[in-house]
Amino acid sequence: MPIKSYLAHAITGKKTELMHALKSMEQCEVVPAENQDVLALVTDTANEQEDELLKEKIEAIESLKLLSLVSGFNAPQK
Amino acid sequence: MYRSVTNRRSFIKKMAMLSAMTAAASMFPGIVFASEQEKNIPEDANLDWKKGPCRFCGVGCGILVGTENGKAVAVKGDPQSSVNKGLLCVKGYHQIMCIQSKDRLTHALVKRNGRYVKTPLSEALDIVADKMKSTIDTHGKDAVAMYTSGQSTIPEGYVASKFMKGAIGTNNLDCNARLCMASAVAGFLTTFGADEPMGCYEDIDHADYFVTWGNNMAEMHPVLFSRMLEQKGTRGAKIIDFATRTTRSSTASDKSILFEPQTDLAVANAICYEIIKNNWVNTSFVEKHCNFSKGITNMGYGLEDNYTFADKPEPIDFEAYKEFLKDYSPEKVSKYSKVSVKDIKYLAAIYGDPNKKVVSYWCMGMNQHTRGTWINNLVYNIHLLTGKISQPGNGPFSLTGQPSACGTAREVGTFTHKLPKGVVTNEKNRRLAAKIWKVPYERIPSKPTYHATEMFRAVDRGDIKFIWTQATNPLVSLPKTSRYRPGMQKDSCFVVVSDVFPTPTSDVADVILPAAWHIEKSGLYGNSERRTQHWDKMVEAPGEATEDAWMFIEVARRMGYGDLFPYSKENHVEEIYNEYRQFHEGPKHGMAPLEVLKKESGVIWPYVKGKSTQWRFNSTYDPACSNGEDFHFYGKPDGKAVIWQRPFEEAPEKPDQEYPFWLNTGRVVEHWHTGSMTRRIPVLHQAMPHAYVEFHPEDAKSYGIRNGDQVKVSSKRGSCVLPASINERGLPTKGQVFVPFFDENMLINDVTLDAFCPISKEPDYKKCAVKVEKV
Repeated sequence: MPIKSYLAHAITGKKTELMHALKSMEQCEVVPAENQDVLALVTDTANEQEDELLKEKIEAIESLKLLSLVSGFNAPQK
Repeated sequence: MYRSVTNRRSFIKKMAMLSAMTAAASMFPGIVFASEQEKNIPEDANLDWKKGPCRFCGVGCGILVGTENGKAVAVKGDPQSSVNKGLLCVKGYHQIMCIQSKDRLTHALVKRNGRYVKTPLSEALDIVADKMKSTIDTHGKDAVAMYTSGQSTIPEGYVASKFMKGAIGTNNLDCNARLCMASAVAGFLTTFGADEPMGCYEDIDHADYFVTWGNNMAEMHPVLFSRMLEQKGTRGAKIIDFATRTTRSSTASDKSILFEPQTDLAVANAICYEIIKNNWVNTSFVEKHCNFSKGITNMGYGLEDNYTFADKPEPIDFEAYKEFLKDYSPEKVSKYSKVSVKDIKYLAAIYGDPNKKVVSYWCMGMNQHTRGTWINNLVYNIHLLTGKISQPGNGPFSLTGQPSACGTAREVGTFTHKLPKGVVTNEKNRRLAAKIWKVPYERIPSKPTYHATEMFRAVDRGDIKFIWTQATNPLVSLPKTSRYRPGMQKDSCFVVVSDVFPTPTSDVADVILPAAWHIEKSGLYGNSERRTQHWDKMVEAPGEATEDAWMFIEVARRMGYGDLFPYSKENHVEEIYNEYRQFHEGPKHGMAPLEVLKKESGVIWPYVKGKSTQWRFNSTYDPACSNGEDFHFYGKPDGKAVIWQRPFEEAPEKPDQEYPFWLNTGRVVEHWHTGSMTRRIPVLHQAMPHAYVEFHPEDAKSYGIRNGDQVKVSSKRGSCVLPASINERGLPTKGQVFVPFFDENMLINDVTLDAFCPISKEPDYKKCAVKVEKV
């Protein structure tokens, strides 16, 4: 049951676009930085496979410049 | 069960988010996640936002604390504060999380038959007063000592000074600011005759160059560094990092110049050599406003107990100074400083260019130095020779480490040699203190006694038989704790520790007093730019946790000094501050009235006719200037600053065949000093859970050491085992290792050396010789 956190670096000037794209994904929680083109991102998925698929979807977002993993947890869901 | 699992998952998600934000804070100093600051606030919450200063470093960021139903539930940067303009660093943002720690000290603990027994505070204070009084009766007043903090509030420092010097009549009072700022104080006093920087943070908005001297601001002063980065981005200001280790500050700078430890003294002289050689001296400024002096050399390093030193200044002229500098040509200095001739000339040209404004910043790199006063003097020399001082964007600026190292330690004067105004050796200063304190003048001793290192040596020797520490953790932060920990454990000394959390220092206490945290009391702090900030109590302290000032007052009353401490429990902060202000009346150090401080997000002293003085000694800004000239260094009797002839001298201990590495110690962005607060903040602890030893990759390779390997770092004094870190947070130069000191489970100060600057008495934590072994 992976919970992972990332720093999502937006292409310059496209932070809002990236935030909307991430927020549209159910498994994502996003907090944008006020003064940098960076978003703190937490993903919450049911299993490794779903986690992989989500990561692929995120990496396909056009306004994303770089996705860097910060931490990973494996927690029981129920 | 379902609920608890959901809660656990939600907790982990929150931790994951905080980890990401902490990582971001490390990469982008000053980054703000504003929506996160508001996130925990219930939609229908009616929060009461109260202003105050941050609890941590000397930058003095303004914070707003949101309280609801008597609990602090949120922190955000104060947009009204000109210091941080709404920004906070990762420590500042998470600060209130530590006060709910499960192991919080909420009641007094008294050691009985080897075990700590929960004791009513009133009874514990009786024990402290009885023990202090009986010790004085039996062994004399110099057998008791107090060791306070740059984290103590201004009223707390003031009451401590009045209690020890005015009531008891001993100068056995010193504080942990001795470990971080004493060289800056001695530097200011010897050069200008007046302590604390002449400029302010607004210099950042005007400077063309920032030269940081051994100062990792990206981690230690991240909000100020973010302001510098902003100027770099918007105006093209340049940051030059001059250091012994590559850090996050180096990588964010325009240029990083590395030097061999201790040789900053020689490089500073080489810069002056170049300034004179190239006719970059501001001759009219120097002739009008500067004198030249030299002092005693080969002073020693204070390694032996009871070491004493007094400098003997001797006037010299410009020609003699010029002659002295001949030993410091870039070509000569380059050979042992490992700084290229080109880089020395580059630095000199920055300072020498009359059309560029330059601010020099430093903190522990220059202050924790066995020639700390000298290196402070030498950087002032550069600014004085070029006349780049006391103007917007031009000046030398020593940053403080602690939130009130300036306000409390330096201005109130919680050092053995100090009084709230002036020094104990000055009769006029003693008479003023005696008058305001309403004590006999003769009671205040005229000789300083123990500075911090010597105080703990005296405990070890058995000369001090009672010591009371507050808001400080010396058994983690002192150098050579391998001596001072066993010293404090001896039965010959009764130890009282006031603190918010248990620490390795409280572990050796006979009585532990529970202290209120800063937002649980009213108070005042003074930051690096002479800004005094007031805050009102925001929440109640738990259990019997009490303001330090009030515990001092209670003990003083129990010892029979009640008439000197007539303050009320409800208004003692205001009453004490109003009494204290009398010491600084006048245009040179006037403090703002409390009603002004209550409204403003801090006010810079001297506060004259309703206005802060941002640039001292410059007659355009400073009403205390009275010589009719553009500048007036009125701290000195003749109104002139001093350019000091100070040579390069070697460190007391250098790497050799048996101990082949330099050891440098310091801090990390996630933790505040010894970690007693920040290690109780889950997200910060998780981000940086333990200390480590940094290697240069080539050194690691030659020892077969990989990342994470356990390594024993040993000196002649002690050893410490830590995991190796290669190419991670910082990169020491070859032949050097670096260890942060925040981790009480990996006590690197068992290894460090207790050598200190003979003038300032500040220890050098940046240089000693060690060996390393993979274990």
